[in-house]
Amino acid sequence: MSNGLKLVLEWGFVGIPLAWGVIETAINAAKLFQ
Amino acid sequence: MASFLDKSRTVAPPGYSRWLIPPAALCVHLCIGQAYAFSVFNLPMTKLLGITKSAPDDWNIPQLGWIFTIGIFVLGFSAAFLGRWVEDGGPRKAMFTAALCFGFGFFISAIGVAIHNLWVVYLGWGVVGGFGLGIGYISPVSTLIKWFPDRPGMATGMAIMGFGGAALIASPLSVWLMNQFSSNTHIGVAETFAVMGAIYLCFMMVGAWIVRIPAPGWRPEGYVAPRVSPLITTNHVYVYQALKTPQFWLIWWVLCLNVTAGIGVLGQASAMSQEMFPGRVTAVAAAGFVGLMSLFNMGGRFFWASISDYIGRKNTYFVFFALGAVLYALVPTTGAIGSVELFVICFLVIISMYGGGFATVPAYLRDMFGTRYVGAIHGMLITAWSMAGVFGPVLVNYIREYQITHGVPKAQAYNITMYVMAGLLVIGFLCNLAIKAVNARHHMTADEAELAI
Repeated sequence: MSNGLKLVLEWGFVGIPLAWGVIETAINAAKLFQ
Repeated sequence: MASFLDKSRTVAPPGYSRWLIPPAALCVHLCIGQAYAFSVFNLPMTKLLGITKSAPDDWNIPQLGWIFTIGIFVLGFSAAFLGRWVEDGGPRKAMFTAALCFGFGFFISAIGVAIHNLWVVYLGWGVVGGFGLGIGYISPVSTLIKWFPDRPGMATGMAIMGFGGAALIASPLSVWLMNQFSSNTHIGVAETFAVMGAIYLCFMMVGAWIVRIPAPGWRPEGYVAPRVSPLITTNHVYVYQALKTPQFWLIWWVLCLNVTAGIGVLGQASAMSQEMFPGRVTAVAAAGFVGLMSLFNMGGRFFWASISDYIGRKNTYFVFFALGAVLYALVPTTGAIGSVELFVICFLVIISMYGGGFATVPAYLRDMFGTRYVGAIHGMLITAWSMAGVFGPVLVNYIREYQITHGVPKAQAYNITMYVMAGLLVIGFLCNLAIKAVNARHHMTADEAELAI
């Protein structure tokens, strides 16, 4: 497996759940401005 | 299995990209940082028997609070006493052990909840899971520093950012799972613990599987050693020798004071914003404020640790302490003039520096004591966090209570606390100012350094 593909897979593996958590929190944080 | 975990099996082949290492560290830190979100289980666990409201035999909040306290205590204890083992055994063995401890900590807790025995939960998440927290927290530090000699702050900042970001995942995930497993006659905490244990076990095992250490003598392409600076050593200090240096204890206080100032308000942010601005900040808006603080806590870890690679570790902490003290001193004024916006900005910057303090300290230790035992020395330093975890909330809560019982209006009950926090940061500034290069008599000889691991 090439380094490039490995990079995409590994960063996706940790990045997707983290992005989901950040979005969920950002939606919640938006209530401060409502 | 032993050979798979062996340090020699984790040496990266030539041409291996160092950018494959931070995800391995994140696999661990994105799991163990769940600790910050453990409180989402507190309320459901007070109604396991009564379901709609607490029954007489249900657990109460103070009893449940001990789960987190035991976990954080064991985190500090295991990081301090197992750091040398982590360093010698290599990151894969440490991550593998951390995964087993953290995952099985959840499984044991699930049994404890199912049979309604709190001691089993203490043993599970608190003791067994606490070992996973401590070993997992320090496991990738020295590996990242060795892969990124040119940007150690950014590298460790990425991992420790994961610890701050983990709660952002764990909190909604826990709530969602509990909703799936709950019914009118049952609260699904045990099942949620079991599923989360399985997820974390698998996720952390992936980290153990993909982590690699650089081959001896490896340097990144185009690497130029940093300019000779008295505050960045090229020598190494043995882990227990580091404890004999004033630098270790000064950095211990630097971390402890920075964390004390941040952690005390982190837990009180929701109540504080509502009490300082009654009628203007609702409970919903306060929850949004807490969410925003979580984002800045996470982002600050990466931002400030990365900045420290350019301006230096000592200067980064000078910024934390000087700017933090000014902002804390400004908070009572924001209440007096009724500026919610200024209040929010003050705390977002403060909390970013709280996270930054955690993330920058491994690189500070590397600058002072070299790379050889930096992971183990970092483990020793984690005791400062445990201490701050006690000091910070106690300071905020007791001063507030004292103020209120002496007739101070709730809106002004935090003023003294803010000035005390500013004072703590001034002391931190002085500790940081006193940090000089480690005396050469503490350095390992070239032969000792070669034989050390």
